[in-house]
Amino acid sequence: MITLNSVTKTFGDAANPVRALDDVSLSVASGEIFGVIGQSGAGKSTLIRTVNLLERPDAGTVTVGDRELTALNDRELLQARREIGMVFQQFNLLDSRTVRGNVELALEVVGVDRRERTKRTNEILELVGLEHKAQQYPAQLSGGQKQRVGIARALASRPRVLLSDEATSALDPETTESILQLLRSINKELGLTILLITHEMDVVKSICDSAALMSGGRILEQGRLVDLLSQPGSQLARGLFPLGELPEGNSTVIDVTFVGLSSGRPVVSQLARTHQIDVGLVGAAIETIAGAQSGRTRLELPGTADANAAAINDLRAQGLVVEIVRSGR
Amino acid sequence: MIDTTAPGFWPQLFETLLKATGETLYQVGVTMLITLVLGLVLGTLLVVTDRGGILERPFGSLVAGRVINVVTQTVVNLGRSIPFIILMIALIPFTRLILGSAFGVTAAIVPLTVAAIPFYARIVEISLREVNEGLVEAGHSLGATRWQLVSKVIIPEAVPGLIRGFTTTVVSIVNYSAIVGAIGGGGLGDVAIRYGHQRYSVIHIVAVIIVLVAIVQIVQVVGARLANRMSHR
Ligand SMILES: Nc1ncnc2c1ncn2[C@@H]1O[C@H](COP(=O)(O)OP(=O)(O)OP(=O)(O)O)[C@@H](O)[C@H]1O
Ligand SMILES: [Mg+2]
Repeated sequence: MITLNSVTKTFGDAANPVRALDDVSLSVASGEIFGVIGQSGAGKSTLIRTVNLLERPDAGTVTVGDRELTALNDRELLQARREIGMVFQQFNLLDSRTVRGNVELALEVVGVDRRERTKRTNEILELVGLEHKAQQYPAQLSGGQKQRVGIARALASRPRVLLSDEATSALDPETTESILQLLRSINKELGLTILLITHEMDVVKSICDSAALMSGGRILEQGRLVDLLSQPGSQLARGLFPLGELPEGNSTVIDVTFVGLSSGRPVVSQLARTHQIDVGLVGAAIETIAGAQSGRTRLELPGTADANAAAINDLRAQGLVVEIVRSGR
Repeated sequence: MIDTTAPGFWPQLFETLLKATGETLYQVGVTMLITLVLGLVLGTLLVVTDRGGILERPFGSLVAGRVINVVTQTVVNLGRSIPFIILMIALIPFTRLILGSAFGVTAAIVPLTVAAIPFYARIVEISLREVNEGLVEAGHSLGATRWQLVSKVIIPEAVPGLIRGFTTTVVSIVNYSAIVGAIGGGGLGDVAIRYGHQRYSVIHIVAVIIVLVAIVQIVQVVGARLANRMSHR
């Protein structure tokens, strides 16, 4: 649905260039929620702003749906933007307009007539649960309510894609959760493709189907979360399962990842039985990721090198994802 | 000296003041009506054609944008830097050219307007620049045209500031309208000169001051109320 191909964007001048996007390629499938995560300054905002060409890339192409935006003229671009909704960290609502007026703005811009605007606005305000606030001004709303208006405005003209730049970063945890659930439900009900930016792993964990990790203007890894989980060395997967520090010493330490149903299996006791190793449990985390329960266990294997290797092979043979975090001596 | 006990003095004073006040209000009113439109246009041009503005490239040409911006800047700066009394005199030939006469109640509207437009344009510029960049961004994301951005986002958001600035401009123009009285522009300034200065009538001076203060007060209060009512922050 969204494809960025070798997109580059440099800010600053020749003397002090800032490579905000460095040869970024990204692919977001239709109907999924795709999260881009990274530290401050990684280039996340620049990335999402290139998707509706608020920021025009220096090189590379941006395609949304079947339209290559980077090839459009100004008129066509306006048209294309009307099919891409966007919500902002600071909400960016007009103080001069009521809640209803803010939502209607999106329809006025498109040229929808008054009666149709009223009807559509009622519909969309109901969807975000703000029909009772229609006549209020943004200043009279809480942060969460403001963001609901932002979402309503973004959805008013029935876009197929929603872009969200840190939509929940200005909100408290509870409100964040309710906004994330709203995004999830519109994703399901309307079949909307959502590309969201965040610096919180929890956001990715709770609603994303896919994710990309950004750093220094580059995408380090990207993919469906279920695939990333079973990908040894995935930093995103590591972020999803915070397992803490490695234990002292130089024993062998492995991470075993259970994706989906295998979670319940008695792996530890089985290892101890078949390989006579006193497996130590260092850490464990169970998370619901992309709708499926997954877990990761960090185990310490104090056996001989051979016994450990045999144990690891055994686990892999069972289809578990095993990553050797530290190789003991 | 004027004899305040003479029969008909007070009714005459009242009549003089009423007529002069009417003239002043007419001058200021027409001036501000023209200023509202042209000041908004010039002030908006200053902002949108600036570097990084939404009309940086009118007709796709960066040069056109720069030219419009620089010309507008120059016009506004020129208008703002010439003292009103000099502007007024300098404009006499121009006024005569367009109105056929350089003096009189209506003729005075020309220098007043020429002074007021740049003054208000600057205020418009400042008010529009205060509009949060994020709102313009949101407008872009909705696919708004440049005209829609100006008419539906930037100007409506700046309305409280535009009203306050308009109030300030009206007060200045009331002030200037008294000056034009000195060169035959009629109005309250004319009363002050003819009666107060030439015939030493303190009572006329005091009366003119009272009326001017009242006008300014009313403008200030109405402007502030309106601005607050339009502000939903
Ligand atoms: N308009 C701009 N002019 C100059 N430099 C910019 C501009 N926009 C972004 N940058 C620079 O590009 C880099 C990436 O910025 P960006 O805003 O995309 O980061 P981010 O990942 O969104 O960070 P944050 O999490 O803090 O929002 C930063 O070094 C930033 O200073
Ligand atoms: Mg950012």
